Amino acid sequence: MNTTIMLFLLQDGITNGAIYALLGLALVLVFAVTRVILIPQGEFVTYGALSYAMLATGQVPGTAKLAVAMGLVAFGLDLFFARKSLHARLIARAVAVDIVFPVAVCLLTYALAGPKTPIAVNIALALLIVAAIGLFLYRIAFQPIAHTSVLVLLIASVGCHLALQGLGLVFFGAEGLRGPALSNVALTAGALRFTGQSLAVYGLTIGFIVALWLFFGYSLTGKALRATAVNRLGARLVGIRTTLSGQIAFLLASLIGAISGILIVPITTLYYDTGFLIGLKGFIAAIIGGLVSYPLTAIAAILVGVVEAFSSFYASNFKEVIVFTLILPVLVLRSLAAPAVEEEKD
Amino acid sequence: MSALLSVSDVHIAYGKVEAVRGVSLEVNENEIVTIIGANGAGKTTLLNAVMGILPLKGRTAFASRDMATLDIEDRVAAGLSLVPEHRELFATMNVEDNLQLGAFRVPKATAANSFERVYSLFPRLRERRKQLAGTLSGGEQQMLAMGRALMGAPKLLMLDEPSLGLAPIVVADIFRTIGELRAAGVSVLLVEQNAQAALQIADRAYVMELGEFVLSGAARDIASNQRVAASYLGFQHEGESAV
Repeated sequence: MNTTIMLFLLQDGITNGAIYALLGLALVLVFAVTRVILIPQGEFVTYGALSYAMLATGQVPGTAKLAVAMGLVAFGLDLFFARKSLHARLIARAVAVDIVFPVAVCLLTYALAGPKTPIAVNIALALLIVAAIGLFLYRIAFQPIAHTSVLVLLIASVGCHLALQGLGLVFFGAEGLRGPALSNVALTAGALRFTGQSLAVYGLTIGFIVALWLFFGYSLTGKALRATAVNRLGARLVGIRTTLSGQIAFLLASLIGAISGILIVPITTLYYDTGFLIGLKGFIAAIIGGLVSYPLTAIAAILVGVVEAFSSFYASNFKEVIVFTLILPVLVLRSLAAPAVEEEKD
Repeated sequence: MSALLSVSDVHIAYGKVEAVRGVSLEVNENEIVTIIGANGAGKTTLLNAVMGILPLKGRTAFASRDMATLDIEDRVAAGLSLVPEHRELFATMNVEDNLQLGAFRVPKATAANSFERVYSLFPRLRERRKQLAGTLSGGEQQMLAMGRALMGAPKLLMLDEPSLGLAPIVVADIFRTIGELRAAGVSVLLVEQNAQAALQIADRAYVMELGEFVLSGAARDIASNQRVAASYLGFQHEGESAV
């Protein structure tokens, strides 16, 4: 075996693995707080990436309008569910979050979009749009059924994935897009060449892992999110709004998804349906981490990335087969190692 | 003076089965009130409905404010707190985090004082503050559940069977602490099967049977009532045994 090739493959695998790690972390986060297995995570990736790519060409992506439409539906739901106890503060909050926020983002996008818009502004706009979509997705599809079983939530999750993917085809078309790189810096170390893009991937992944660890371990809001996951009734009894916890979790997950998308769209061409496969690889990592452990998920994601890189070199036809088969021995091992946990009965 | 908690003509049903039928009760400020009764009388159902966990028909008011439109979180913010029968602790988090989350709705400065207060009420919790809640003994878990509720600086603390499954010496400790709460300005609504202990610390008592209050009054009078003595306190009056 050629050492240089091996190093290249390893580098490639770690770069991809870092992206899967980000997605896996988001999946663990959402599952821990809401018990939703977030299949539409992949759509957050494509929406973020392709919105950014379209903004880079000076066009306004359809996702900006989708955010406004979803906000209107969320507003209707907020009013409907609170119809028995409407008061001014509640209505003001609903107007601010459901109407003012997405409309402002949409208007800002129209105002700023243009061929000369700086990359940083485009990134910020794409993130805001996807964050709004993620927040409203929870409000519309999951909050009304938050008390149901994991299976019902999973079915709703698959439905959201299909709907968002279909909308993605409408917004971005069937052709793939690429976005401009974040930076053109490159470092050389021996035979390896590190582009600014891959360094940004590493930096952001590590940054997110540390930030999530600090957030969940030390901040009161983070602890409240964990508490919601550990004991929903207990959390409500100390006054934590579990609906708000769910919204924060989805907001974070959609942001992480969109950032992953923006990080990879300069490296590979993304299509409206590419996100699903990328999200699934994050899912494999999350499953290996047992849907609970952040560090284990990150390590598993690197493993998935490296296995993928090597199998695409040695057996490229079987690349996906090999990666997804990883899950079988893991599930067998996990089922042997840990006794089945009964689902909480609330 | 108007009552802190007032519940009037409350009905609670599980589907078609009415578990609580037309119950009214009041808790005044600085008062310890107990509801005693056998298993299945509807005591837990009543507490859960007052907290907002179960829906009820009837009127409930807390601190002169109608509670019909308030959800659980609003009631917590208003100063009502429940320590449920199953305690509902955050088992995989440590004692300190559990307590800190208890103060989720109160300002940081108040929380710091609450920590001191809870630790002085339950010194054992201070010793165990880095231990996971799920690994505590039953008595310590009950202390933690009460401590977590007190962190929110409630006006009224509702306790559901705090003595359940605990050793007698621990029960005595818990009841002594409940008695101390009155001095700290916290009213208590206590649901208990251990009628003797409950009646000793309570000011007033209600006796619940099959979803209805059959008797109410000063705790002393209830304790000396023959029927209560026979059914709940585990001894019979001489006059009755002849019947």
